[in-house]
This record gives sequence, structure tokens and C-alpha cells, in this order.
Amino acid sequence: MVQPLGYLKESPSQTAGPYVHIGLTPNFVGIHGIYAEDLGVGALVNEKTRGERIVIRGRVIDGSGTPLKDALVEIWQADAAGLYNSPLETRGKADENFSGWGRSPAHFETGEFVFETVKPGRVPFQDGRLMAPHVTLWIVARGINIGLHTRMYFSDEADANAEDPVLARIEHKVRIPTLIGQRDGDAYQFDIHLQGERETVFFDM
Amino acid sequence: MRNTIPEAGPLFVRDRAMQPPAYTPWYKTSVLRAPTRALLSLEGTRSEITGPVFGHNMLHELDNDLIHNYAKPGESAIGPRILVHGRVLDESNRPLPGVLVEFWQANAGGRYRHKKDTYLAAIDPNFGGVGRAITDDDGYYWFKTVQPGPYPWPNGVNDWRPAHIHFSIFGKSFAQRLITQMYFEGDPLIWRCPIVQTIPDKAAIERLVAPLDMNATLPMDMRAYKFDIVLRGRRSTMFENRREGN
Repeated sequence: MVQPLGYLKESPSQTAGPYVHIGLTPNFVGIHGIYAEDLGVGALVNEKTRGERIVIRGRVIDGSGTPLKDALVEIWQADAAGLYNSPLETRGKADENFSGWGRSPAHFETGEFVFETVKPGRVPFQDGRLMAPHVTLWIVARGINIGLHTRMYFSDEADANAEDPVLARIEHKVRIPTLIGQRDGDAYQFDIHLQGERETVFFDM
Repeated sequence: MRNTIPEAGPLFVRDRAMQPPAYTPWYKTSVLRAPTRALLSLEGTRSEITGPVFGHNMLHELDNDLIHNYAKPGESAIGPRILVHGRVLDESNRPLPGVLVEFWQANAGGRYRHKKDTYLAAIDPNFGGVGRAITDDDGYYWFKTVQPGPYPWPNGVNDWRPAHIHFSIFGKSFAQRLITQMYFEGDPLIWRCPIVQTIPDKAAIERLVAPLDMNATLPMDMRAYKFDIVLRGRRSTMFENRREGN
């Protein structure tokens, strides 16, 4: 026998269920008095945050075309200079007025999620090439057994998108548009399709 | 060869054989909410290796006491009093200090404080059902609560969820993000539950079942359950400036 490797295994995921808001956004469902405010909900920016203000809006849509009314979406992104506000960021100090992380429950009637943020700067890929500006998203809901990771790129960054090393990995080029948020004024519309013809590209990362 | 602390590397590859697949038709809601195309494999870039970190200063004194954090002064939630405690570790068996753990649950009768829950069991006026903690230097967390009750749900004609507590855990990387559920040792509903059975591996399911921990139980006060959580491990080195195929 050889020595045992001794690694543990990641805990298995389970669905967040229909009442995920109780735990993650209690004030949103009327449970007041425990937390002063819901973590990560509301604008990611304050008046001192550097960068271009944008809004990201979208819906999570099921295989019948129906928006989920009980989804919860989190985003994680770099600041306007392309730095992450994380202890694992080794290239410099990110904007201290920008955490880079946000959480949005889907609206109970429309299913819309909303983030008020800044447009992120470019971040290098492992080999040093710059990735196009992007926001990482994580989606959980009733019926989703393990959280789904995807990215939103920006429709007005066509040149950067064309040289993005992650988008270049997508063999079926017709699927690339599923990762592009469409600019409309200062907002980007980004619907996430869980299945069907327009199914969003999800990552095993 | 450099002998400095290595830059944070990508995470260990997620073992999907231990994780529930997206499509599990016996859990009916998954049918229209499961992606049908293959996931795109992406070894973590900085965008996934980094992640948000939260400070202890955001916590209120009662955030990890669900018996009291929604109760009127001098009152407390009704139900079996329990302490839930454990550690957050990575797959290399290293503790993860300073990570946020959030939890939510039904009350002792199986009723959630949520307008979409219309189960007949009564709301407890002194129970909200939500709390959070940040792990200490050893990766340890704990909270006090009442043991949740099982509840029926519209899946099969007569499906009941086992007693459970939902957990949401941040690691240090956004790709470590995890939501799961903790079950209680000995509950016969565990092995009948379609949501539990989304996990294909019996040993993996057992890692979500918290044992009764009499060593941590407080005599004449509350029983204890121990629930350790494991997040993905991290490679310690990162080879940069190397294109694929070289």
C-alpha cells in the first residue's frame, strides 16, 4: 500500500431552496431587526468610487421561458483599474470604496435582478494576456442543485471581447452572445437562460 | 528556484461525482432549471481565485443566537435548544479562518417565516430563522438555535423534507462559493428525500449529516450537533506565462 493522500472532499452542494432570502436577504422578505441591512444589496458604489457608473439588469429564465421569481444572483468583479478587492489580489491595492461583490434577489413579480456598479477594468489571464472587461456571476435558486457560474461581458467592448482568451475557448461561436450584456444607455441587459436554444454558457471553474 | 510564498493558485478540480448533477427529475423543479449543455471548463483565473472577505465588525452580538435574535426582550424561541458548531476546512484539511457562514431554517414546527410558506404549522413570534458567523483563527464557527421541524412540500404527493438547516459559505475565492444543507443524525426522512437523493454518492450524503455531540452539549441547557464543512482546496503554485499546449 502507498501512503494515503489524505485529502478531504468538498462538501456536497444542495439547492438554496425557495426561502433562500430568509438567510441571505432577510430584510427583503420582511424579517427586520436582525440585520441593519441586507449584505451586498443595493449599490456597490458610493460617491468616492472611481470609474464609470453602470447598471446591470437581467432575469434568470427557465426552460419554458418563464423568469424565476425566487432566484438569487451574486456578482464579483474587479474595480475600474482591473484590481480585485481581495487579500489574494497580488498586483496592487484595489479601490477601497469598491468591494466588488454584490447580491440581488430576483424581484418577486418581475424576476429582475439589478446591480448598480462600475464598469470593471481588464484583468490578466494566467499567461498575461488581458481578458476583456467582465463580471463573474453566481446563480442559486430552488431547483438548482449546485450554484451556476457564468460571466457577463460588455457589448461595447467588441475589440476586447474578440481577443478574450476565455471567450476564445467556446467552441460553438454561436453561444458567445449568451455571455454579452447589451448596452442600453448606462445599463446593460443580461438575461440568463438556464436551458433551451439560448442557453447561457456556464463554467466549471 | 524561488523560495518565496507562492502566489495563490487555482483551486483543486471540483469532483462532480460527489456533487449533485443539475438534472434530477425526481426533484421536479430541477427539470426546467437544469442546463442541458456541457459546462465550459476554465481553470481559475484571477477572477475566480479571488473573492470577497468580510470583517468581524459587521457582526452583531446576537447574529449567531437564533433563540434570541428575533425574540422580544425576556422571551425566546420555542423548540429543542441546540448548539450547532464545527469548522470550515479546505480539501487539504486546513482551517479557513475569517470566512462568512450564513444559515437559515424553519422553526420547531417546520414553518418558515416567509410569505410564500403557507404550511399550517404556526409561526413562532419569537423566531426569525436566520443567523451568521465568521470563523475564528482555527476555522471554527458556532451558533445557538432551536432544532427545526420537518415539513411537507409539493413535489411527490407525500414528500416531507427532513429536519435541516441551510448553510451558505464563502471561502477566500469566488469559485469556492457553496450553499448546502445540514441534516440531523438518525432522521429517517433523510433517506426518503428527493433533494438529498440529488447527491449521487451515499458517502457524500453522509457528510451532510451532523452527529449528536455529547461532548459539546451543555448539561441542563442544550444539546449539540457538530457539522464540519469542506470547501475546495487550492494549489500552492501557479505557473505563469505558459500558454496552453506549451
